[in-house]
Amino acid sequence: MKFGVVMFPGSNCDVDCFHVIKEVLKEEVEYIWHKEPLRESKRYDCIILPGGFSYGDYLRPGAIARFSNVMEGIIDFAEKGGLVLGICNGFQVLLEAGLLPGAMKRNKNLRFICDNVFVRVENNTIPFTLKCKKGQVLEIPIAHGDGNYHIDKKTLKEMKENNQIVFRYCDEKGEVSEATNPNGSIDNIAGICNRRGNVLGMMPHPERCSEEILGSADGKLIFDSIMKYLKGE
Amino acid sequence: MGKKVDYRELGLTDKEYQLIVETLGREPNDLELEMYGVMWSEHCSYKNSKPMLKRFPTRGKRVIQGPGENAGIVDIDDGQAVVMKIESHNHPSAIEPYQGAATGVGGIIRDIFTMGARPIALLDSLRFGELKSERVKHLFSGVVSGIADYGNCMGIPTVGGEVYFESCYTDNPLVNAMCVGIVNKKDIVRGKASGVGNPVMIVGALTGRDGIHGASFASEELSEDSEEKRPAVQVGDPFMEKLLLEACLEILKSGCVVGIQDLGAAGLTSASCETASRAGNGIELDVSLVPRREEGMTPREVMLSESQERMLVIVKKGRENEIEEIFRKWDLAAVTIGRVTDDGFLRVKDGDRVVAELPVKSLAEGAPTTVNESKQPAYIKDVQRIQYDQIPVPEDFNEVFLKLLASENICSREWIYRQYDHMVRTNTLVLPGADAAVLRIKGTKKGIALTTDCNGRYCYLNPLEGGRIAVAEAARNLVCVGAEPLAATDCLNFGNPKKPGVYWQFENCIEGMSQACEALNTPVISGNVSFYNESKEKAVYPTPVVGMVGLIRDINKIVTPGFKKEGDLIAVIGENHGGLDGSEYLRVIHGRVAGNPSIDLEKEKAVQKCCLEATKQGILNSAHDVSEGGLLINIAESCIKGGVGARIELDSEGKRWDEVLFGEAQSRIVVSLSEHNCKLLEKISEQVGCKVLIIGKVAGKKLIARVDGSTLVKQDVAEISRKWRERIKCLME
Repeated sequence: MKFGVVMFPGSNCDVDCFHVIKEVLKEEVEYIWHKEPLRESKRYDCIILPGGFSYGDYLRPGAIARFSNVMEGIIDFAEKGGLVLGICNGFQVLLEAGLLPGAMKRNKNLRFICDNVFVRVENNTIPFTLKCKKGQVLEIPIAHGDGNYHIDKKTLKEMKENNQIVFRYCDEKGEVSEATNPNGSIDNIAGICNRRGNVLGMMPHPERCSEEILGSADGKLIFDSIMKYLKGE
Repeated sequence: MGKKVDYRELGLTDKEYQLIVETLGREPNDLELEMYGVMWSEHCSYKNSKPMLKRFPTRGKRVIQGPGENAGIVDIDDGQAVVMKIESHNHPSAIEPYQGAATGVGGIIRDIFTMGARPIALLDSLRFGELKSERVKHLFSGVVSGIADYGNCMGIPTVGGEVYFESCYTDNPLVNAMCVGIVNKKDIVRGKASGVGNPVMIVGALTGRDGIHGASFASEELSEDSEEKRPAVQVGDPFMEKLLLEACLEILKSGCVVGIQDLGAAGLTSASCETASRAGNGIELDVSLVPRREEGMTPREVMLSESQERMLVIVKKGRENEIEEIFRKWDLAAVTIGRVTDDGFLRVKDGDRVVAELPVKSLAEGAPTTVNESKQPAYIKDVQRIQYDQIPVPEDFNEVFLKLLASENICSREWIYRQYDHMVRTNTLVLPGADAAVLRIKGTKKGIALTTDCNGRYCYLNPLEGGRIAVAEAARNLVCVGAEPLAATDCLNFGNPKKPGVYWQFENCIEGMSQACEALNTPVISGNVSFYNESKEKAVYPTPVVGMVGLIRDINKIVTPGFKKEGDLIAVIGENHGGLDGSEYLRVIHGRVAGNPSIDLEKEKAVQKCCLEATKQGILNSAHDVSEGGLLINIAESCIKGGVGARIELDSEGKRWDEVLFGEAQSRIVVSLSEHNCKLLEKISEQVGCKVLIIGKVAGKKLIARVDGSTLVKQDVAEISRKWRERIKCLME
């Protein structure tokens, strides 16, 4: 299978995603430079928008990256059903590009937070979570200053009905409460997908916990799920 | 021309001015004088410290590059090397904490990638006043945010460091940033302007008016007027630096580059004359070609600007296009502004007009070193004398223990490092909060361990011993995680060197550090001196911060401080004597900063050997060095990190109970291991010649400490964990 990892100026988890695909999954992977339009001939199976500070987070995280040359092709790719995974800043870009609903605010405590947290899998039917159990708790790091997800009540209700909430912050037993919400995100939301389920945005970093030596390999479930889906197993 | 510049206002002495006139054979013009002023400032010339710095051992079989370059380099086998340096940004941070700290981080990162290395980790050594006043909280909060925002945006993990809160740092905080990079030995680059005729390019950010005279500002005491020097503080743009980093690493791969140097203190002036001086050449450049952020800048402003995120690159003739193209890809400017010459002069032109013409050797290296008067200050005798019979042994040890655990200097640093991305690049195997951070080297079984250390209070009480202890503790922290210490970098923070007492502290700290570096085989490969850390006539504690790197051959054998298994035995490697001198206990409980701390380097060596060998044999389940707060605080930390209790049984051997529990005597490491491995540990200790004493067991949910059969402390681990973790947050929010 062939993965593409987008490099925006200021991306910095691009190398981490690349490492997991190449060295852990042992799959084919390429960087995609933001200035070039996405070429269909490349035939990517999955495109990852990595974490980092694209364009220095100037204006708003993701606000400038969405105008990159590469984005038009990525929107096309997603509309045709291609798998798009946005992690952290990548999630923020997906929101700004309108591929996912809602917006990101500063963390409630107004500080950057880097920590290991727990998330509960709310939807295990999409390509990114096929190998998880519903309600499964994943231990996974977050590292962001703007992870306070916001959406209006009406849309949130629709998203719930459509099963678009994929991950919610919880404790190690899976209890979701205000105390387990690191950033003030509405409904403890940590990750969402589009209606069709082929575009996932998540604030936690699965690429940072895909090897046991890093303390948790729970993140590998996300990548393994993608592989399972792509291989049609 | 405006009024003639007065050399005295630039910090030059009469003697120095005369020397300049003699060297030039004429009076310097204003621009030339200003260039001398910044280059001969203490910050750039090390004129007050050079003679003493020669004392440091700087050679070793693993040393590839010692002091004198942008950063030091040490061999880690397999064709790979670690590049590292630590640097201060104290004065800017006192005036403008956020930008001061941020640009400190930015500067040290550039020093690393200038050598061709990929920066992989940051550490920060910080000192503030006690967390009581709003001003100190403002400084602390601003500095932490500044470090966080810069490092996080760069995608370089901030993996460690230390912070102390003591009243002597109230007006003059210390902000020392360390950066560590990895490079293949064959790709190392140096800051030399070689090859006559080669073009000289300026790359990266545009040049503005910010930071003019930053180097001079760093070379005087802080005063009421310092606030007015805010314009001397630079403004950082980590996004620009991220682009610069990637672009520079790309041009270095291209093979077009001869030499490269960061534009730091004294900006274009220092970068051009230092690269030329190292190569024994000259440089001619035209300031009118320098891309600018603002209109109407004078040659003086261009030459002295300390605008951040810029580099000087010396390129192979004819390959400028390749450089320009790579920088265009990253949307950055790269402009040829001059060329390397053979006449040994830095010739600055503004269009066709020559505006300055100075010999580079004199400018870069000619500042006359001064031998300062040195005298033991009067306070030393007073503070070292302490009569313990006048200090009462506490009645309630639980209360004392809880007070100590909540001390700002002991409690968890989580509030700080939670703001730093310490995981990006997915190499961090041991996260902040352990004795040392550990990073893996992808593609190998190796890892490196990193730490910074310095107890300024010990250095204040006894500079010689304090210097020895700073080095010893750094090395001890490394062996605790299973790493062999390789090399050190240092940041020497002191008061005004013209004061004999301060200079005496400086001399003695360096002597002590040198002795320890020799004993522990950790040469100093880079460093930085920061003098004039004074305000209102009061100097900070002498604070020679030591950064150290260690090598781990097998990352599967890393050891961490938390207790792992109930039933494990707890042992002390080293002699379990007390030592209340200079302790946090004396300060917090009795309000005394007193005593005469000391260390025996031979014993230290044996303890470190023992621990390192035990980690290699894989028999330790935890290891944690005894430092501030003493033995009981050490064990409490291992309980908290392991989420498990411990029972400790100690024999005072006639010593005071407070000394037994809270004394900070050096050369001790507390380890836990399964019972059947104890024999092995004892065997190792006999071989290396140090003691091992079993003092308790990992058990239950409580920490229980008994001395001479009396239960002195009994605490619920979950309860103390919460207090320890939330302390700084409670003070700050």
